[in-house]
Amino acid sequence: MTQRVLELMRALGARIVNNWIWRLGFACRFLWLTLKESGPSFRRFHLTIREIYFAGVLSLVIILVSGLFVGMVLGLQGYDTLVRYGSSEALGVLVSLSLVRELGPVVAGLLFASRAGSAITAEIGLMKATEQLSAMEMMAVDPIARVVAPRFWGGVLSMPLLAALFSAMGVFGGYLVGVRLIGVDEGSFWSQMQAAVDFREDIVNGIIKSFVFGVAVSWIAVFEGYDAPPTAEGVSGATTRTVVTSSLAILALDFVLTALMFRGL
Amino acid sequence: MATSNLVEVRNVTFSYDQRQVLKDINLVIPKGKVVAIMGLSGCGKTTLLRLIGRALVPDQGEIRVAGEVINELDDEGLFALRRKIGMLFQFGALFTDMSSFDNVAFQMREHTQLPEVLIRDLTLMKLQAVGLRGAADLMPSELSGGMARRVALARSIALDPMLMLYDEPFTGLDPISLGVIGQLIRRLNDALGATSIVVTHDVAEALELVDYVYYMSAGKVEFQGTPGEVRAASLPSLRQFVYGEPDGPVPFHYPAPEYGRDLLTQ
Amino acid sequence: MMTRRELDLWVGIFAVFGIGAMLFLSLKVANLASFTSADTYQINAKFENIGGLKIRAPVKSAGVVVGRVGDIRFDNESFEAVVSMNIDSRFQFPKDSSAKILTSGLLGEQYIGITAGGDSANLKGGDILKLTQSAVVLENLIGQFLYNKAAEGSGKK
Repeated sequence: MTQRVLELMRALGARIVNNWIWRLGFACRFLWLTLKESGPSFRRFHLTIREIYFAGVLSLVIILVSGLFVGMVLGLQGYDTLVRYGSSEALGVLVSLSLVRELGPVVAGLLFASRAGSAITAEIGLMKATEQLSAMEMMAVDPIARVVAPRFWGGVLSMPLLAALFSAMGVFGGYLVGVRLIGVDEGSFWSQMQAAVDFREDIVNGIIKSFVFGVAVSWIAVFEGYDAPPTAEGVSGATTRTVVTSSLAILALDFVLTALMFRGL
Repeated sequence: MATSNLVEVRNVTFSYDQRQVLKDINLVIPKGKVVAIMGLSGCGKTTLLRLIGRALVPDQGEIRVAGEVINELDDEGLFALRRKIGMLFQFGALFTDMSSFDNVAFQMREHTQLPEVLIRDLTLMKLQAVGLRGAADLMPSELSGGMARRVALARSIALDPMLMLYDEPFTGLDPISLGVIGQLIRRLNDALGATSIVVTHDVAEALELVDYVYYMSAGKVEFQGTPGEVRAASLPSLRQFVYGEPDGPVPFHYPAPEYGRDLLTQ
Repeated sequence: MMTRRELDLWVGIFAVFGIGAMLFLSLKVANLASFTSADTYQINAKFENIGGLKIRAPVKSAGVVVGRVGDIRFDNESFEAVVSMNIDSRFQFPKDSSAKILTSGLLGEQYIGITAGGDSANLKGGDILKLTQSAVVLENLIGQFLYNKAAEGSGKK
């Protein structure tokens, strides 16, 4: 009996160390390598531009549409609750603060992880499986510098822009529903918003958040791709892991950053 | 210290994790020759090729290429070495996000400062050598297997390497493409004044093509000789390999309990 | 496969849109345009109780924002709170102006209201406001109310 329990514990321990701790260590070393080899990503900026296109520009549709809908829903739900306390003019404040502080960075981050993160993982994983990365190494071109780093920076540079676009579309959506559809006073909508949203506290913090999320998602995406077993199941598993791990990371980091940033206010 | 061997493998041992793949193996590749390394799957031939190409480092022993011990090279030396070695991967491993032209031009663009005009000419020349100059603008996904492999070949000779490594170049090709690749390996080797190592288990094609053969089994060299000597060899495992005999030292039946008993028992 | 020209174009458009969104958020949604890089001068005021006043709270006069609270410190000698305010250089106040801690709405955030005095000389950077009125603390108000009620009650007897 005790033998079995010990066996189970040993197996669990082995799993935790091998799957989590070892991989985490490797992931950190990989991030360090990626950063170290980032020179070409900037000296030959067209490499990074290409990745910004694939990660950022191609995500525009989903980001803008989602932002619009989220803003519109916030407008509806927000009005519904605020009107009970006679504070319907505060709708602008509600919509903008929710978006800029939280929903913009977080939801844009989640969408980015699903769309761009998974694509990056699949692409790198597939290149590994078809020996393209090995071929590159044999030609004395470091695949981390040429393939991995530009994709990492493409993601990092795209994320804040996407989050800002999401928030902006959301505010617009809230405006459409609140002012145009429901009839909240336009003047109060914008003026109360301007009074309540502070540039340094809210906007800048939101940008910092989206930047941090960008780093996290891009790091996870390139790592999972590079580490994927070179088979079909390997790549598909890695893609799934990217989306799941990125999403969890975003939510956890969001809590930490929110606690750090907004607690003192 | 003139030696006529371009590559020397001395007492090399290598393991993947716990599995020992190469045991104290020795072989030499003379300059200017096309040499085949043959054997069954899992005998370690591809691993040996990667060790020579310095994609892997041996656990024990040393490998010399052009007189230099490659397992102890620093980054600069490694960089210089890799520019002198060209490798053709099993299914080509072309970069799928760029055209055939860009694939072939890749090394020139990355490692030289040549102007685009010159690179264009050189690239077209390489493609012409493999007969695919007209396919320069096609993407890898638009190429057939044989064509993709030829483009990959053009890519690997882009910087006129002194050593060419071929990993199973004949796998999965139709007879015409087979012939083409075989011809190209020989012609390019002689034209470039290079040395080639071909890892394959396509016996017929290999024996037609190469100057010397190493037959490997379970991580060691079991036989070596010219194609003529290989055909005439009396070593049972080699005979079975060369003539494709279904039964011999490598048995037909996978180990199983006694037949009669297996059928009769529940 | 897109040419480099096309890629650059699309990424450029994307960058312009993204930065435009950030500007929109900063200027239209937040209050960047109104107060960050204006020249300010600092004046101080001492209060017995600052209540819920926070750093960066607005300083208003006649209801218009004229500055922001910069720093809140405790003077260990006089046991009072020392509040420094950064006032926009466009606005000058007489030396005998007073500062009160007021509440926005009934339960809103607290801010400082400056009422101009009549002195011909104006406040300069580093000056201290002499007349101040502290925040209304709810507990004291209730306590006072109860005390008054009790006093009334016993008075009537």
